Amino acid sequence: MPETQLTTTQAGFVEKVFEWLQRNWAKLIIAIPFAWLLFFFLAPFFIVLKISVAELLIASPPFTNLLEWGDGILPSVSASIDNYAYLWQDPLYVRTYLNSLQIAAVCTAICLLIAYPMAYAIVRAPGNMKLILLLLIMLPFWSSFLLRVYAWMGLLADQGTINDLLLWIGLIDKPIRLLYTEFAVYVGIVYTYLPFMILPLYANIEKLDFSLNDAAADLGARPAATFFTVTLPLTWPGIVAGCLLVFIPATGEFVIPDLLGGGNVLMIGRVLSSEFNANHDWPVASAVAVVLLLVLVIPMMLYHRIQAREGAY
Amino acid sequence: MSTPATEPLIRVRGVSKHFGSFTAVDNIDLDIESGELFVLLGGSGCGKTTLLRMLAGFESASSGSITIDGADMAGVEPYARPVNMMFQSYALFPHMTVENNVAYGLKRDGVARAERRQRVDEMLAMVELDSFAKRKPHQLSGGQRQRVALARALVKRPKVLLLDEPLGALDKRLREQTQFELMQLQDKLGTTFVVVTHDQEEAMTLATRIAVMDEGRFVQVGSPAEIYETPCSRFVASFIGSANMIEGSVIEVNGETVVVEGEGGNNRFEVNHSEPVSVGDSVCLAIRPEKIDIALVTDQAATGSQNRLSGTIKELAYLGGTSILRVETEGGRVFEVTSPNRLRSVSGKHVFDWDDAVTMSFPASNAILLTS
Ligand SMILES: Nc1ncnc2c1ncn2[C@@H]1O[C@H](COP(=O)(O)OP(=O)(O)O)[C@@H](O)[C@H]1O
Ligand SMILES: [Mg+2]
Repeated sequence: MPETQLTTTQAGFVEKVFEWLQRNWAKLIIAIPFAWLLFFFLAPFFIVLKISVAELLIASPPFTNLLEWGDGILPSVSASIDNYAYLWQDPLYVRTYLNSLQIAAVCTAICLLIAYPMAYAIVRAPGNMKLILLLLIMLPFWSSFLLRVYAWMGLLADQGTINDLLLWIGLIDKPIRLLYTEFAVYVGIVYTYLPFMILPLYANIEKLDFSLNDAAADLGARPAATFFTVTLPLTWPGIVAGCLLVFIPATGEFVIPDLLGGGNVLMIGRVLSSEFNANHDWPVASAVAVVLLLVLVIPMMLYHRIQAREGAY
Repeated sequence: MSTPATEPLIRVRGVSKHFGSFTAVDNIDLDIESGELFVLLGGSGCGKTTLLRMLAGFESASSGSITIDGADMAGVEPYARPVNMMFQSYALFPHMTVENNVAYGLKRDGVARAERRQRVDEMLAMVELDSFAKRKPHQLSGGQRQRVALARALVKRPKVLLLDEPLGALDKRLREQTQFELMQLQDKLGTTFVVVTHDQEEAMTLATRIAVMDEGRFVQVGSPAEIYETPCSRFVASFIGSANMIEGSVIEVNGETVVVEGEGGNNRFEVNHSEPVSVGDSVCLAIRPEKIDIALVTDQAATGSQNRLSGTIKELAYLGGTSILRVETEGGRVFEVTSPNRLRSVSGKHVFDWDDAVTMSFPASNAILLTS
């Protein structure tokens, strides 16, 4: 008798687990990749955070430990904000941050100005054309990003395609400097990140009800007024999404300023890389990374709070 | 040029609209007088919306001219026309409150803030939405949204209000109630309404005049009574209400009446002649189901003597107020007849029952003689 009782309780337990799974399978499916993403964001972040409050050591690894296990039961904590203070005091770092933010902001704005009409035109294109245009937007992703940046070097170089062409037309009589300038960095970033602006905008404009444009016109709105009072507010979520997708990676961009800007363009990604690789100053490099993250995350959180307060429609 | 006093508010002359090789609107002439409630009635895809959109300026006519209030509308953009439109899907701005939706047109016109407030409040009160002013469209019911759309279009006091299936998205009860509200509103404001609908009952209820459309053309224009009582063609007779159609040919033309021999022979009908016909013409008789007298064979005295037919009841639908009977005559022809249920019945037994033998008749003036 006791054996059968055991099996019924076991069966009951299994049943309960199944019931739970049946009710919560959707949450579970979301939770697994979410946990994965969270773990592989948070774990490296805390490692970097830990290194950023350590001191430089000529050793391997080249920094002091956060926790020193001495004689007592509790370890002694050695953490300092010296690295952060150092970043703040050295105008080079401050200037580099500001320069990165500025370049990213200008590139984001240029991308938006180019992408919005493109996305709009794709939405309004006839059915079969739409697919072809979208494919063309995604076409660059089929080749390596590095390869495309090298191609730009070939285009922009002193003896590159653009200069050759201008010389041949006779517009200039000696090559103009394009490569290793801030201009080249702008070109590279705008070129690279344009699809990331177009695609969220496309997805958003696609959902737009164009009878609203007719309604606005019918009520006396000229095309410009219709755009600013109806189309723009309704596509705002797409604009925000596109801008974040461009601005965030562009701020920390390393490859483009390194290859197209040479040593002439100050961007935080390059500073970060040289602290790690050239100076082997891991603590300062980590502090640079943490500050970069804060600079990007804090405005986003503020924006999110404002949005939540205003309420979506 | 005629004198301005007789100039209609809307004048459409020879307007066509082609989409590629497809003709959506085909050579339409139309005059709408100020203060009319004009209804464009037709089945789905017959070009009603296209015609309305040409009046509003969203589509340009492929040929022909449109004049509104004396001004030629060719090349006039929608925002510059003295008309407003209520869209089939309402097209309310989802990101604006009810109040701002209604104020939108006034803001575009640069109406001062105080006056704007006052007119918006007035309009919202008129459509009984004052307490919903701060809501967004998605927080409203279908009927409330419909009223916001109406208020938004009317607040600019247009000369003409164009309404595309204004009641199409409402359920039946609400639709009937709203029909009367719409008529009262139109009466109160005196605005000219041009309403598009595919619902013939709605058209009959609302309209001062109806244009029946088919395949981009007007087949008949007239008052609801004209369209119902004297349809000009087989299409109109069967599209508006129901009608028993009898194909046949003219065998005798007298002073007042015409005698028509129904197809299959052995049934002759004498009808008033409303159209010039001569012996041998093939024609169609249309008789409305409620215009046929019907009685049980045992109750001969109850029916008239003209156009008598006998038959048996094959189908019967009890609708409460009336019953619809389908009667098969000896010749095999089936007539639809509506009979009012004037006597209250508690036993479940009505005057007519399945397989009852009945006599039908209708006076010569009740049938419509159609040649086209
Ligand atoms: N922009 C367009 N392009 C091509 N065909 C159209 C367009 N608009 C309407 N049509 C066609 O014209 C016909 C009439 O349409 P519409 O005026 O919307 O009919 P309805 O009477 O149902 O309102 C339909 O067959 C429709 O397919
Ligand atoms: Mg339509």
